[in-house]
Amino acid sequence: MQTQRLLKIAAVTSAAALMLAACGGGSEDPASSAAAEGSAAASEAPASEAAAAPGGEAFAGPVGEGEGQVNILAWPGYVEDGSTDPAVDWTTPFEEATGCQVNLKTFGTSDEAVKLMQGGGWDVVSASGDATLRLIYGDNVQPVNTDLVPSYADIFDDLKMQKFNSVNGVPYGIPHGRGANLVMWNTDKVKEPIDSWAYTFEADSPYAGAVTAYDSPIFIADAAVYLMATQPDLGITDPYALDQTQFDAAMALLEQQKALVSEYWSDYTKAIQAFNSGTTAIGTSWQVIANLALAEGGKVEATKAKEGATGWSDTWMVAKDTPNINCAYKWLDWIVSPDTNAQVAEWFGEAPANAKSCELTADADHCSTYHAGDTAYWTDVYYWNTPTAQCLDGRTDTQCVPYSEWATAWSALRS
Amino acid sequence: MTTTTATPRGFGYRHPRFRLAALLSAPMAWLVVVYLGSLAALFLTAFWTVDDFTGQLVKTFTMKNFQQVFTNSAYLGTMLRTISIALLVTLLSLILALPLAFFMARVARVSWRPLLVAMVLTPLWASYLVKVYAWRSMLQPESGVLAWFLAPFGIQSPGYGFVGIVITLTYLWLPYMILPIYAGLTRLPDSMLDASSDLGAKGGRTFRSVIMPMVFPSIVAGSIFTFSLSLGDYITAQIVGGKIFMLGNIVQTTYVTNLPFAAAVATIPVMIVLAYLFAVRRSGALDNL
Repeated sequence: MQTQRLLKIAAVTSAAALMLAACGGGSEDPASSAAAEGSAAASEAPASEAAAAPGGEAFAGPVGEGEGQVNILAWPGYVEDGSTDPAVDWTTPFEEATGCQVNLKTFGTSDEAVKLMQGGGWDVVSASGDATLRLIYGDNVQPVNTDLVPSYADIFDDLKMQKFNSVNGVPYGIPHGRGANLVMWNTDKVKEPIDSWAYTFEADSPYAGAVTAYDSPIFIADAAVYLMATQPDLGITDPYALDQTQFDAAMALLEQQKALVSEYWSDYTKAIQAFNSGTTAIGTSWQVIANLALAEGGKVEATKAKEGATGWSDTWMVAKDTPNINCAYKWLDWIVSPDTNAQVAEWFGEAPANAKSCELTADADHCSTYHAGDTAYWTDVYYWNTPTAQCLDGRTDTQCVPYSEWATAWSALRS
Repeated sequence: MTTTTATPRGFGYRHPRFRLAALLSAPMAWLVVVYLGSLAALFLTAFWTVDDFTGQLVKTFTMKNFQQVFTNSAYLGTMLRTISIALLVTLLSLILALPLAFFMARVARVSWRPLLVAMVLTPLWASYLVKVYAWRSMLQPESGVLAWFLAPFGIQSPGYGFVGIVITLTYLWLPYMILPIYAGLTRLPDSMLDASSDLGAKGGRTFRSVIMPMVFPSIVAGSIFTFSLSLGDYITAQIVGGKIFMLGNIVQTTYVTNLPFAAAVATIPVMIVLAYLFAVRRSGALDNL
C-alpha cells in the first residue's frame, strides 16, 4: 500500500514535470513567458535592422493614472527603500504618492545591465554611458519625451543631449548624476602629492608592483585619455573613438602598465581594502571609494589628474515595450526631482544632475565637493561611452574599434 | 482516502516498465533538457558570431572564435596556467588528504569518526565568498597572518597571485578529496592489512601494494572533484589572484559583449574534463566505484 501511494506520487510528479517541460518548449503563454522569451526575441532581431532604427516613437503623453507597478533595473544605491539603512528611503514615498509598486533589481556592471535589459521584463534602467548606446541600437529602449518630465528643466545643461544619451538630436533618457574616475593614493606609501596618471602608467614609476587599475574593457579609455595628453601626435580627440593605430597605442600602454600592477579591481569593496591595507599604493578609483576608505580610517587622498579623466554620467532610460509607461515616467520625474536627486547623490557619493538639488543636500558643501555645477571641472572628463565601428568623434575616413573588440582585447591583455 | 489493502494490483505494479518510466522521467528530463541541452547550446553558440554594434548574436557559422582562442599566445598561456593550477590543487589536496583520511579511518577510535567527519565537513557550511575573502586577508603581503607566520623563517608571504590561488583553492576543495578517500579506507578490510604484515611486508610495502590499489578509485573520484572545480573557478582568481587570469575570467569578461567567443573559451574546460574522465576510464579506476 505504501509503495503504491509512493508510486502514484512519483507518477503525478513526473507527469507534471513533463507538462512543464512541454509548456516551456512549445506553446507560448504570453503573460508568463514574456520575460523568458524576451532574450530569444532580442537575439533573433536582425542586426542590420536594429542598427538602422533606434527605438521608434517617444511616448506622446500625457502621463496618466499609474499601472500599479514599475520594474526598475539600477546600480546598487540608486533605488533605496530603507532596507539598507532605515533612514535612506526615497522609494516608499514614491509608492505612496503614485501607487506604483517598485520592483527592483540591481546590477554590478554595465555589461550585466545590458544583458538583463535584452532579457526583457524591465520598465526603466539607470544606464551608464557605456551601456546606453548598446541599449539604443539594440532596440531595447525608446526615446524619452522630456516635456513629460517637469524636473528635466532643472538639470545641468552640460548633461543634456550628450553623445551617450541622445542620437540625432533625440533624447533617450534623463540624466541622473555624474562622477570622475580619480587617481587615488595611500599617503603612507606615497609621500608626494600626486597630480598625474604618469605614476600609474610609466615604466619608471617608483610605485611599480603596487599600482591598481579598473578591471573592465572600458579602462582602455583611461589609457587613451593619458595618451591624449602625452602623445598628441596620435590625434585622439575622444577616448571612445579610437582607430586601430590609436587603439594599439593604448593597448601597448596598458601592457606597459601591467608590469606595474599588483591587482586589478572591479569590486569596490576590494579596492577599499587594498588601498587601506597598503597592498595598493596608487591607482584609479572613484570618489565614493575614497569617502568609504576615509570613513574606515584609511589614509588616502584622491584627485582628478591633470591629464583629464574618464567618468560616468548615468541616464534613466525607458524600455522599448514597457506595459507600465505611466509609472515609468512618474519614476523618471521622481528620481531626478530636486529632493530625491539630492538624497541619491549624497548616499551614493556623486554629483547630482538637478541644479536645485544643491540647496537640499544635508551636507551644504556636497555640490562643491563633487563639483556638481562646476562646468570647467567636467570639460576634461570623458564620460563612459560605448565605442562603435562608426567613429563617435565624427571621423568618416576611418573605422573605429568597436566595443566587442575592446572586450576581447582586454581579456587578452589580462590573460 | 481508503486504499485497496491486501492486493497490490495498481497500474504501476502490473506494468513495471511504466513504473520505471514514471520514476525516471523527471530526472531524465532534467539531465537531457536542462543539463545536456544547455551544454549543446553552449557548444553551438561557439560557432556563431556577434553584431559589433549591439553585441547581439548573428547566427552564421564560423570557426573564428576557436581560431582566436587557439592562435593567441595569451589565451594559450591562460589555458596552461589554469590546467597547472588545477593539477597543483589536486596534487596538494591528495598529499594533505591521504594522511588525514588514513588517520580518520584506521587510526582514530571508531567513536571519534563521526566527529572527525563533521569537522572536515564544517568548512563546507560557510559561504564560499567568506572563505575566499578570509584568505585574502590572510595572504595580504606584509601584514597578513601568513606573512607574520612565515617571517621567523625568513620567508615572505606569497601574496596575491598564482601561489595564492593554489593555496585558496586547495583549502576550498580539500574536503571533496578527504571524504571519498576516507570512505574507501573504511571499506578496506582489516584482514588484508593483517595478511600483509603476516607475510612480512613493512609499512611502506603494505601502503604501496595493498592500500593504494584499494583506495585508488577513491583518489580518482576525489581528484575529479578537485580538478574540475578548480578548472572552472574564476571568483578566487578575482579576489586573491592579483593580476592573474584563469579561463573562467575570460568567459566572465567577454560573455556579454561576445557570447560566441566566451562559449568557445567555455568549451575548453569541458573538453579537458572529458579527456580526463576518458583517461581515468581507460585506466579502469572507475570499474570498482
